[in-house]
Amino acid sequence: MYASGKYSSRGPALIPRMKTKHRIYYITLFSVVLLGLIATGMFQFWPHSIESTTEWTLEKGSVHDAPLIRLPGSSPIPERGDLSCRMHTCFDVYRCGYNPKNRIKVYIYPLQRFVDELGVPISSTGLSREYNDLLSAISDSDFYTDDVTRACLFIPSIDVLNQNSLRIRETAQALAMLPRWDKGMNHLLFNMLPGGPPDYNTALDVPRDRALLAGGGFSTWTYRQGYDVGIPVYSPLSADVVLPERQPGPRRYFILSSQTAIHREYRAELERLKEENGESLLLLDKCSNLSQGAALARKRCYKGQVYDYPQILQESSFCVVLRGARLGQAALSDVLQAGCVPVILADSYILPFSEVLDWKRASVVIPEEKLSEMYTILKSIPHRQVEEMQRQAHWFWEAYFSSMKAIGLTTLQIINDRIYPYAARTYEQWNNPPVVKWSSVNSPLFLPLIPPRAPGFTAVILTYDRVESLFRVITEISKVPSLAKLLVVWNNQNKSPPEESLWPKVGVPLKVVRTKDNKLSNRFFPYDEIETEAVLAIDDDIIMLTSDELQFGYEVWREFPDRLVGYPGRLHLWDHEMGKWKYESEWTNEVSMVLTGAAFYHKYFNYLYTYKMPGDIKNWVDAHMNCEDIAMNFLVANITGKAPIKVTPRKKFKCPECTAIDGLSLDQTHMVERSECINKFASVFGTMPLKVVEHRADPVLYKDDFPEKLKSFPNIGSL
Amino acid sequence: MQAKKRYLLVSVVAGLLFLIYLWALQIGEFPQQHQYPHTPYHYQSHQQRQQDVYQSQPLPQKVPSRPARRWPESTELLEPYLEGGEQEEDSPQLHHQHTSPRERRAICNNIYKNKRCRMETCFDFARCQSGFRVYIYPPQRGDSISETYQKILTSIEESRFHTTDPSRACLFILAVDTLDRDQLSVQYIQNVRTRIHNLPTWNDGRNHLIFNLYSGTWPDYTEDLGFEVGQAMLAKASADVANFRPNFDISIPLFSKDHLLKRGATGYPTLNDAPPFRKYQLVFKGKRYLTGIGSETRNALYHVHNGDDVILLTTCKHGKDWEKHKDSRCDRDNRDYSQFDYQELLHNSSFCLVPRGRRLGSFRFLEALQAACIPVILSNGWELPFSEVIDWRKAAIIGDERLLLQVPSITRSVGRDRILALRQHTQFLWEAYFSSVTKIVLTTLEIIQDRVESHVSRNHLLWNSLPGGLYALPQYSADPAQFPFYYAVLGKNPSQRFTAVIHMVSPLQSHISPVVKLIIAVAKSKFCAQIVVLWNCDKSLPPKNKWPSTSVPLSVVEGQTKTMSSRFLPHDDIITDAVLSLDEDSVLSTNEVDFAFIVWQSFPERIVGYPARSHYWDSSRSRWGYTSKWTNDYSMVLTGAAFYHRYYHYLFTHYVPASLRTMV
Repeated sequence: MYASGKYSSRGPALIPRMKTKHRIYYITLFSVVLLGLIATGMFQFWPHSIESTTEWTLEKGSVHDAPLIRLPGSSPIPERGDLSCRMHTCFDVYRCGYNPKNRIKVYIYPLQRFVDELGVPISSTGLSREYNDLLSAISDSDFYTDDVTRACLFIPSIDVLNQNSLRIRETAQALAMLPRWDKGMNHLLFNMLPGGPPDYNTALDVPRDRALLAGGGFSTWTYRQGYDVGIPVYSPLSADVVLPERQPGPRRYFILSSQTAIHREYRAELERLKEENGESLLLLDKCSNLSQGAALARKRCYKGQVYDYPQILQESSFCVVLRGARLGQAALSDVLQAGCVPVILADSYILPFSEVLDWKRASVVIPEEKLSEMYTILKSIPHRQVEEMQRQAHWFWEAYFSSMKAIGLTTLQIINDRIYPYAARTYEQWNNPPVVKWSSVNSPLFLPLIPPRAPGFTAVILTYDRVESLFRVITEISKVPSLAKLLVVWNNQNKSPPEESLWPKVGVPLKVVRTKDNKLSNRFFPYDEIETEAVLAIDDDIIMLTSDELQFGYEVWREFPDRLVGYPGRLHLWDHEMGKWKYESEWTNEVSMVLTGAAFYHKYFNYLYTYKMPGDIKNWVDAHMNCEDIAMNFLVANITGKAPIKVTPRKKFKCPECTAIDGLSLDQTHMVERSECINKFASVFGTMPLKVVEHRADPVLYKDDFPEKLKSFPNIGSL
Repeated sequence: MQAKKRYLLVSVVAGLLFLIYLWALQIGEFPQQHQYPHTPYHYQSHQQRQQDVYQSQPLPQKVPSRPARRWPESTELLEPYLEGGEQEEDSPQLHHQHTSPRERRAICNNIYKNKRCRMETCFDFARCQSGFRVYIYPPQRGDSISETYQKILTSIEESRFHTTDPSRACLFILAVDTLDRDQLSVQYIQNVRTRIHNLPTWNDGRNHLIFNLYSGTWPDYTEDLGFEVGQAMLAKASADVANFRPNFDISIPLFSKDHLLKRGATGYPTLNDAPPFRKYQLVFKGKRYLTGIGSETRNALYHVHNGDDVILLTTCKHGKDWEKHKDSRCDRDNRDYSQFDYQELLHNSSFCLVPRGRRLGSFRFLEALQAACIPVILSNGWELPFSEVIDWRKAAIIGDERLLLQVPSITRSVGRDRILALRQHTQFLWEAYFSSVTKIVLTTLEIIQDRVESHVSRNHLLWNSLPGGLYALPQYSADPAQFPFYYAVLGKNPSQRFTAVIHMVSPLQSHISPVVKLIIAVAKSKFCAQIVVLWNCDKSLPPKNKWPSTSVPLSVVEGQTKTMSSRFLPHDDIITDAVLSLDEDSVLSTNEVDFAFIVWQSFPERIVGYPARSHYWDSSRSRWGYTSKWTNDYSMVLTGAAFYHRYYHYLFTHYVPASLRTMV
């Protein structure tokens, strides 16, 4: 609508100037518009018409309609797979390209059914439900592209999740037949059950050239670090069973073993542990008296007593995950789902997603040899840590184990992070559960540095037209030894600042910045003139502060450079009657804000205030001409998680005659407005970031019975 | 005029139609994004979650002209990949009862040797049962040990791991200098092979650690050390991922012989340019290789050099006969090269290029780290220093040599907040792990110690946040929440109670003695959880009824050694995070205790106490002086009445060198 308004307003302006060429002009305009219309239409519908004629018949909905490919017996077999492959040797990074989104493009081959010369399929199951889920999740994701020429990673639609159902040689031939195979370069295979009897290799046995392998049972010898991806063995129970929410905490059993396929040597070892330590251990096995069937997978027994699986896992603090013939166990997924801390006994096993997940926070890894010491080792872990691990374990399941989609997308994200390492997800993003992400604070100024005294500070004075008061403030501040520069922000557009000759003579550079609009946020603009780390924000009517007080404030700031260090302290309170926050300026025992009418802070916060203030707070402040100081307190407290520091006992800052002008009623509306600010900001931040403290900073010898002239800061006002 | 108006009207209407048409196309895109409800319910709930997980990256804009083709929904039921009986089949009971786990482990231990060593196959954990002790072989006469290797040995000798008893040792260190294995080097030691194999406890290198900075020689610089390492662990600079035995070898940084033993040079810490802006964007100054193996990247750097804020300089001048091989670019390169000062570039650039040289690692890496110049690493196949524990993505940009031309745009895409974080992290890592030879060596040893008992080891957080792994001892706790340093990053607070520990050296005289008053005052504090009296008096314990009755539990522990430092023993009785350490003669009111505790909660990593003292430099005697006089500043508070985190008890007992403790 906006655009059309523009058209019509431009129209009449043209009319008077129209002569004989008008006709040609309009005809041209009309035909251009028409052509544009046709062109877009073509663009829109052209690809559709192409697609409807492509090879993919699967849109009709049946896997069994997929085209049949007959593999000639003599078709080539890929090489076994090179153990020395790494991203920089076996992966063609040029295919991925530099793109601003830093996201790889993944192509999935259309589904085909491969059979050998005799018509026997290469796999006994064909496409499994899980692999179908995986491919469908990837194709729904942002990684997917249907343009094979733009793809960086290729995923065959040949299901190799379970090696047991595969014919190794024929599967390998099928892989080599893929049109873009090119020695497996940039191809990704997903496999959860590798190897087969009797020796159970820990990686997929299908020869696969240079293809990357997302494998579920890698050992440290088959895993190519930084190339392959260790993935979980998906447990079908994840989809079938919904476990009730269970908070971390002490549980009925201490250790639980629920796997049915444990070697008898290990089972004997576990039995012995149970004998020694009694009831807190529960050893379950499969139920012999129940009839075969799907229900069997959901039951476990101990001495004739039947337990529901996996529900029973929620009753234990630790759950044993022992290796079987394979290293990767689907039980790990069930255990995590139940929020039970897995005790992993599988030597040389590469834990799922270990490239990004910090398993020390969610599991206990014990060498198989030390199975007999398991009980003592686990007992040595404090309760609080166990609870933390329980929470972490459940979160890992939720985020990375719970579905084939989670597994597939996590794998792609890991590969993505390798190709664009500078845009990779951080450790915190991978490992912190949402509750920690919300509550944790990563201060942007985390390096504990005490800035040197020498550079001093820059005083930024916001003024409008109170020239006399301003000059008094300047004269006072100029006596502070560490003052490096004075910056006057002249916020009055109607009036020019006084002539240079009229300004008080000071020993430091004095600069006047004239602003375009009378906005409060001008005082927090990161002016280039501010060259020191420390900024003193001060109002033009704060004339009571002594130079000792200011110098002392600077010294305190140096000790706490990431905090607001100021003089007038304020508090926020929860008003129970109104059910909202209230602003408090009376004498209180606590402080949660310092007013930026006189406060030191790091100049980085100017940058944050101007460019990174959340929501519409900045505009709101400028519109209301109030609360810029509260906004600054919110910002600093939110990003550093730290309270401000009030220095010196002073309570009065303005001259008595100035405060007398403000009537009581004015004061009341002021308070209401300020309270409103706090409520508004709290809702924008989504939380109340302000921290309350009950202490302030005074000089070491303040009020001590000691000669005043020997004190560093003798002139500290008490009111 | 009429006709003109009509024309106008027609064209406006056409324009409008066109706009509406485009707008309709836009809308048409929306339902497409959501019209795939074929996933069952639980997937949908997961979908939302997944969005949370990936929220850090902006969702891609859809290309309107090309609707993405999705994986088709299958209408019939597919077989699960894991049939019901599958897990049963995965049972060794059915298939090969004969291989018991014990046998399998034995087989493994025999197969995976030498090049395929891992901790579980090539390391004897049984040796470490009496703790992690390190033994250094005595030097033989006539050995020439380089200055650098001597520094390494000294730092081990001074560490708390050192033992002189080989039978108690968990790890063995050679006395032979193996740092420089370049045969052309003057420091190359001959006959290392026989020397090592004659060692009585060599045992094919089991539980040995070998340090190496340079291996191989001109022209191909292979990773050959000139002797068989066997089952010994290698702590090696410029480690190559192809030969690196993961979680067995350790990659250490290449450091110069001027690297200090102890107190390393500090970094260049200033946050003055926050948000950061430096004169140069990306700099490099170094050699270019005309012959022999060497980084191809360096030959191509001039393509990226722009003479303005990307300054990449190379010189051909190295070796004696460089002029023989010189190419057409050499003269020009050499001229540019001499125009810039390396230190000036280093300290005024946001990013520093760290391409490999002849070997994978270079000195430049540590130099950039120290100068808070964010390293841009172009060294394919380099296993980064201490990569087992350090998350380098937090302090460096890891690039790909093949994509050199993208490097400038990559560095420019890094936001200023990120630069600020990266730069601070370079300083943290430098201070924590690299600033001195001792730090590098101790980090190496701590990494091995972490492997020995994996359930008592540092997690990622402990290694990668302040104050660093060397000060966070997992033997105290593996849980970060138990340390005073990580409350903010974990989003937690220290516990709301404290334990008072009263150190007593004189007998309990009467009911009015100061200690009784003290106990009563402290017990009244609403934050007090318990009081522990540490009885370090030679007299026997007074009977129970002699002690005042308090509302909080009061326990009396008899000191075992009765030394002064036993007050800082990490007693198991202390269950709170905060400790209030008291002398028996301290005089405190309940109010004072409460207030100090509230202050401590704001600064849990500090000591918060009452009596302050300071130190000063006594220039007349040129030594430090201690004063209890009234001063304007203070540097200590006395632990006669102070709050601090209980972790400091542990550090004092286990980290402070024994010599210092005995002096106390």
